[in-house]
Amino acid sequence: MKTLKPLNGNQTIAEAVRQVDIDVVAAYPITPSTAIVETIAQFKADGLIKGEFVCPESEHSAMSVCIGAAAAGGRVMTATSAQGLALMWEMLYIAAGLRLPIVAAIVNRALSAPINIHGDHSDTMGARDSGWIQIYSENCQEAYDNFIQAFRIAEHPDVRTPVLVGLDGFIISHSTEIVEIEDDEEVRRFVGEYLPIYPLLDTSRRFTVGSIDFTDYYFEHKRSQIEGIENSPRVIEQIGQEFGQKFGRYYSFFEAYHLDDAELVIVVMSSAAGTCKEAIDELREEGLKIGLLKPRVFRPFPYQKIAEALKDKLAVAVLDRSSSPGAFGAPLFTEIRSALYDYEKRPKIINYIYGLGGRDIKVEHFKEVAQNLVRIATTGKIDSHVGYLNLRE
Amino acid sequence: MAAVRLKDLAQKEDRLVAGHGMCLGCGIPIIFKIILRATDDPLIVTCATGCLEVCTTIFPRTAWNVTWIHSAFENAAATAAGIEAMYRALKNKGKIPQEKKIKILAIGGDGGTYDIGFQALSGAVERGHDFVYVCYDNNVYANTGGQRSSATPLGASATTAPAGTKSPGKIQPRKDLTRIMAAHKIPYVAQASPNKWLDLYNKAKKAFEIEGSAFINVLCPCPTEWKYEESQGIKLAQLANDTCVWPLYEVEKGHFKINYKPKQKLPVTEWLKSQGRFRHLFKEENAWIIEAIQAQVDEEWEELNKLAEM
Ligand SMILES: Cc1ncc(C[n+]2csc(CCOP(=O)(O)OP(=O)(O)O)c2C)c(N)n1
Ligand code: SF4
Ligand SMILES: [Mg+2]
Repeated sequence: MKTLKPLNGNQTIAEAVRQVDIDVVAAYPITPSTAIVETIAQFKADGLIKGEFVCPESEHSAMSVCIGAAAAGGRVMTATSAQGLALMWEMLYIAAGLRLPIVAAIVNRALSAPINIHGDHSDTMGARDSGWIQIYSENCQEAYDNFIQAFRIAEHPDVRTPVLVGLDGFIISHSTEIVEIEDDEEVRRFVGEYLPIYPLLDTSRRFTVGSIDFTDYYFEHKRSQIEGIENSPRVIEQIGQEFGQKFGRYYSFFEAYHLDDAELVIVVMSSAAGTCKEAIDELREEGLKIGLLKPRVFRPFPYQKIAEALKDKLAVAVLDRSSSPGAFGAPLFTEIRSALYDYEKRPKIINYIYGLGGRDIKVEHFKEVAQNLVRIATTGKIDSHVGYLNLRE
Repeated sequence: MAAVRLKDLAQKEDRLVAGHGMCLGCGIPIIFKIILRATDDPLIVTCATGCLEVCTTIFPRTAWNVTWIHSAFENAAATAAGIEAMYRALKNKGKIPQEKKIKILAIGGDGGTYDIGFQALSGAVERGHDFVYVCYDNNVYANTGGQRSSATPLGASATTAPAGTKSPGKIQPRKDLTRIMAAHKIPYVAQASPNKWLDLYNKAKKAFEIEGSAFINVLCPCPTEWKYEESQGIKLAQLANDTCVWPLYEVEKGHFKINYKPKQKLPVTEWLKSQGRFRHLFKEENAWIIEAIQAQVDEEWEELNKLAEM
């Protein structure tokens, strides 16, 4: 039976893990994702999880255990943040290259140095070329829903690609909301049984996994890996619909908020989108035709869909909670700007970097962005393509 | 244990077959042809990056006649831990029959074991995963052209610790990994070498049969990096035993047992003069290194004997 529970983001992830009939969890503690690992350990200690819980000596080993376990043939997950994800970096590529459908909850946190424990997207953005599918969550409910869907996406025979689900450190991981937790049995049925193709534990067959490719095969194997993630949009869409039909909450590649008739648009992912909606409500009352586009899936990047949604707008501000030092703007901005390149008529587009190290973003900051968009739309002039929000300079 | 005859072992199916690309005279295939015969159970092998992994699995060919996986250089123990965790999970859930026994073997070179993979190994055996870890110790990063590792002995010349006009080669003694693994107090730890094939076989058999983590460190002659004539590998390994540079022993439930005591302990110079990597030590100015090596070997042998008497 569906129940309403007051849970924070970390607890919703642990609930999802309990419900999906996980086989192996391997995870190492790091703020702000520690509570996921602890809660799963407690579930295991109380017999609520039948699978194995491994607590390795590092995140590098946690991901390595996930790889061994997934290759052995079963459902596997981990959770981490920032430095932990950075320490896994080498193994992220190997998980994707070996086409292992591992699912990871990444509680987004700023990368050191300076060391900081608060939320930004520098960790997962740094992993954007690792071959993992990336899905971002605005709130606890979305974190829960995304995490359940992630297994279906990762394990789909046409995809076979690891998936990470991002939720903002503290803002989501430690904030309690009323979350709709679905019936255990219903979730289990939705996720279904995972059927591995080449499980190592099927010793009746002898095969070699992870062999060395030289110049004559590596490229083809990489191409076939890319095909897996290229197949995923169809699957992500279909599973988002199926999830909606079953549980009443529908998901796609992005959420549009007052977007259709908007002339000005703010693009922002994750928890900040919630604050942005507040700002949009107030600005709309003031008569401004402004809307929000909240990307949910960052890899594969839904470039066509997003470009179609933005092409007729006057001015767009893309807000990134990470930086790409030395690049022309931060990751979300460069993706969207590039996606619009082929359209003859396209909006003026600017980038704001915000919220690094957990710096607050408030309604007033979105209003500041809106003012700039109004100015750009009326004058047709952009002072600076990349700016910073709520920063002392 | 029933007597094992080489003839019978030779009859067994090879799990690492011919056609791999390891150098002429390499110790690795000899070692693993013996170890892989020490269990008849289904086996899953994971290898760290290194000579064995590279030379046996150049796509689309494979020399492995057993289910095999390579993940990275430093994580063979963690990969094995993951396989073992999944094995336990699926058994608990009834997806693998209770009576089915699968053995898990992780293999690393000295680089993948003493150095970069040490943390993962220490962690995996501390957690007590039921698997066997075998290190083939050729004292060097052989696959990448002979760089020093923490298993490279004092005075050896390695490409990142080369002998030169102002340097006698590696100036630090090797790390005693077997003793370090014994300090983890896991069910079984052993040191072996391929010249004593029966001893190696018995150790591998024990390691496979014991429940929990087992570790075997095997001296692995490498003609390419040690610089000796290819046919001499097994003789060299014997020399390592007879000089007590590489004693054969095992540690079972904390008890040390020496498996081979040379009738006459040979001076380390016999060992050193057999390989090109030590050639520079015989220059006058490096005499002190030879003395230091002898003193270290004597001390360690004495210590080992004391431990075995306890
Ligand atoms: C993280 C990482 N660092 C470095 C390397 C390069 N590398 C591959 S094998 C190897 C040395 C292997 O030495 P060892 O473990 O002793 O095995 P051997 O080559 O002697 O068989 C090195 C340095 C790598 N593959 N991965
Ligand atoms: S370099 Fe040494 S260890 Fe590597 S294959 Fe050749 S002989 Fe064997
Ligand atoms: Mg080596």
